[in-house]
Amino acid sequence: MTWLAILATAAGCYLLKLTGLSVPSKVLDQPLVERIADLMPVALLAALIGVQVLGEGSQLVLDARLVGLAVAVVALVLRAPFIVVVFSAALAAALVRLL
Amino acid sequence: MTEPDATPAASERTTIARDGIAVGVATGAYGVSFGAVSVAAGLDVLQTCALSLLVFTGASQFAFVGVLAAGGAPLSGALTALLLGIRNTLYGLRLAPLLAWRGWRRVGAAQLVIDESTAMSVTRETTAAARVGFLSTGLSVFALWNLATFVGALAGTALGDPRTFGLDAAVGAAFLALLWPRLSTTTNRVVAVLAAALALGLVPITPAGVPVLAAAGVALGAGLVTGGRR
Repeated sequence: MTWLAILATAAGCYLLKLTGLSVPSKVLDQPLVERIADLMPVALLAALIGVQVLGEGSQLVLDARLVGLAVAVVALVLRAPFIVVVFSAALAAALVRLL
Repeated sequence: MTEPDATPAASERTTIARDGIAVGVATGAYGVSFGAVSVAAGLDVLQTCALSLLVFTGASQFAFVGVLAAGGAPLSGALTALLLGIRNTLYGLRLAPLLAWRGWRRVGAAQLVIDESTAMSVTRETTAAARVGFLSTGLSVFALWNLATFVGALAGTALGDPRTFGLDAAVGAAFLALLWPRLSTTTNRVVAVLAAALALGLVPITPAGVPVLAAAGVALGAGLVTGGRR
């Protein structure tokens, strides 16, 4: 099932890329389409953050992951590179769990 | 707009290519985090590498493994990844007249249409310069992203239980880092807060995977409400 989903994602994402390069721009190049395509990553990433940091099965819990996210915010404010943001969050959460 | 015949000077091509490779190196570095996060989400090394090779668009890959990590069905992960991949279609629309590739070249180039290759080519004045920017960035990101994914996946496997090393917290941080540059406007910040609130509200009452997909509705709604305004 995971493999099927991986292959479907691969085929779909490739076709989305190819469509952009192939379709006459008039068909899709409209303000509303562009607007929604701009907002889509914002909404999905924000939702993913919420679920990833606070979700535990069908419950919401506060744990070390929230500390990790807070550290990520600080790293981003300090303009740290992506990999530093990610691993400092992991390190912070791991340290909290050790305590 | 573009002059397909105009050839940039050799020095300009070198500069563009060097910039592209630099972007590739920087992007490759976070392929390590994807690899580690993906195995922490329960995928094996082969599945993780297949995602980077075949899907090859970072946000969609992170979303796919993120939904699975939260216990969502693989199909929900796939749908979320596809919704995030829509922006590559828009990039393609911008790039098509500039790159002016036809036939098999276009079929091959399509896989390289991502945030970075678009950013490094869409501002070029000529087709030749745009192609240098697109290919140098796209190919170096592709090579290093896949290599880094493999390294990250092996490292993640070696680490064992992801919770011990806080890798589960790394997933949220990765999404935040991807979201951060998009929070520059008030509309986007409002959409982000509403989408997160909706998803969290749905966590207790819907199957895993659904809360994130439902958040796509916030993007649709906000797009319709704000119309074509920037």
